[in-house]
Amino acid sequence: MTTQEQLTTRTQARDWPLVWSKVFGVVGKIVLYGVLGLGAFIFLLPLLWMISTSIKPEALAYNVPIIWIPAEPTFRAYTEGWRTLPFDLFYRNTILMTVVNIVGIVLSSSLVAFAFARIRFWGRDTYFFILLATMMLPAQVTLIPIYVIWARLGGVNSYWPLIVPQWLSNAYNVFLLRQFFMTISPEMDDAARIDGAGWLRIYSQIIMPMSKPALGVIAIQAFAWNWNEFMGPLIYLSETRKYTISIGLRLFQTQQSQKMPETMAMSLVALVPVLVMFFVAQRYFIQGIVLTGVKG
Amino acid sequence: MADEVLAHRTKMTRLSPRQRDNIAGYLFTLPWIIHFLLLIAGSMIFSFVISLTRTDLLTGWEFIGLDNYTRLYNDNLFWKSLRVTAYYTFALVPMGIVVGLSIAVLLNQKVKALGLWRTVYYLPAVVSGVAVAILWSWVLNPRFGLLNAGLRTLGISDPPRWIFSETWAVPAFIIMGLWGAGGSMLLYLAGLQGIPTQLYEAADIDGANRWTKFWNITIPMLTPTIFFNLLVGIIGSFQVFTQAFIMTGGGPNNATLTMVLYLYRQGFQNLRFGYASALAWVLFFIILIFTLGVVKSSAAWVFYEGELRR
Repeated sequence: MTTQEQLTTRTQARDWPLVWSKVFGVVGKIVLYGVLGLGAFIFLLPLLWMISTSIKPEALAYNVPIIWIPAEPTFRAYTEGWRTLPFDLFYRNTILMTVVNIVGIVLSSSLVAFAFARIRFWGRDTYFFILLATMMLPAQVTLIPIYVIWARLGGVNSYWPLIVPQWLSNAYNVFLLRQFFMTISPEMDDAARIDGAGWLRIYSQIIMPMSKPALGVIAIQAFAWNWNEFMGPLIYLSETRKYTISIGLRLFQTQQSQKMPETMAMSLVALVPVLVMFFVAQRYFIQGIVLTGVKG
Repeated sequence: MADEVLAHRTKMTRLSPRQRDNIAGYLFTLPWIIHFLLLIAGSMIFSFVISLTRTDLLTGWEFIGLDNYTRLYNDNLFWKSLRVTAYYTFALVPMGIVVGLSIAVLLNQKVKALGLWRTVYYLPAVVSGVAVAILWSWVLNPRFGLLNAGLRTLGISDPPRWIFSETWAVPAFIIMGLWGAGGSMLLYLAGLQGIPTQLYEAADIDGANRWTKFWNITIPMLTPTIFFNLLVGIIGSFQVFTQAFIMTGGGPNNATLTMVLYLYRQGFQNLRFGYASALAWVLFFIILIFTLGVVKSSAAWVFYEGELRR
């Protein structure tokens, strides 16, 4: 190939996109939105089907092919399902446990994280490294010994085993908050220290008010986690009236597993608070995910 | 009273600032100290002790040395549960990375209404637990389920029986897992947006096409995010429980008996707490080995921008 030829092919290669780029741009956009739309459709379909099934009369639910919009939608599955088990009690229990635990997690984790971010104390860095290392430990290893201890203390069939550990902070949240506290300039608390403020004052009057976004992330994640928590209530709660929504739903499913509209309706009822919270505080959800992962 | 306060205060001031900071540090971290000593360190030691015994917690304790571990080695169900869990993990985690990354790359093409698309793809990852397991047990129902209705529309007249089939039960769980892959999508999207545009501009000058740019810039720059998802994915998938417990109870014929489900069954249903503790330790070491393996391998394939400057 001569230099001349090389030059021509290269010019052609450069010109070619110029001519076609518009056409390709349009086709590309159509393909892009087509693929995205199809994917989104597939991702949403199970949830839409769930809603659709929950408002169908019994007979329509098992129709093949699927009838998406029933001619006469009914809330029968909701009222019947709700009556079968004390769902209002399950709801109340879950809300109570979740609220208490959100307060506990935010308070304890922020105190610990504050010390790691701001106070220079003996052995801090080694101690922080140990904290990070514990994140690798699967919960199953300590599941049985902790159960044995609670059984000895008479805590089985109470909420204590589901609450106390969460008031003792956890490595993941401490890590997340500590990273956030580190980004706050220490100038303000240096000034406060000169004015004679103690660590507790700096924590409560400077760091906490400035960390609302990060605290929101922690609170939202604690909410979703506690609402869905299954293994803990399954192991510790034995009386039906103490059940949380997750194990109440499981009990419902074992009793009513043959009734599709009812199980769908009750599952949806259990999902609604998380869904509402997601739409209200989407920013926090997304921020939390990004905060945790990007820096690895 | 006032004297006492004064005495207390003078005592406090007698401590040097460094001593006071040491005390403050440990007071602030007290919740974590208790957590660590009781719920982690203490419990781990206790867990190991329990694994050396035979106990139902009611009638007493019998020390049997390493018997639980040797019995585990000869327990076919244990090996079955290990195979099931490994199959699930090593199929779902790579596929989840591909799905999450693909969605992120598509969403990164300057699409309109990004927030809306992001919400739709992320939504399934937000919901979890029992309600979702119940939903999917119906989606996967061979006769009335959504999935098979879809497959029949596509012309597959004899679709799999999914959670009622020994062969298709784990693949069914994997499909369900992929539905939640939108969680990692957010991380990849953030990672993509963090790639400096100069890199692509430089590649444009060199005449690189999209494909080369993707493999030589996008993927290397995303390896830290992929690494993170790989780690979290392996650790999480090895602990899969709720789906198996709610949807199949480990069946059919133990085809979905995951390790944590087997642990729960032995401990809390058969009241063999010693055996279940031994199982927990084995699970821990398996997760540890794979985690360390991934971390060790990362030097070869994870690219950290910071390292370039050194």
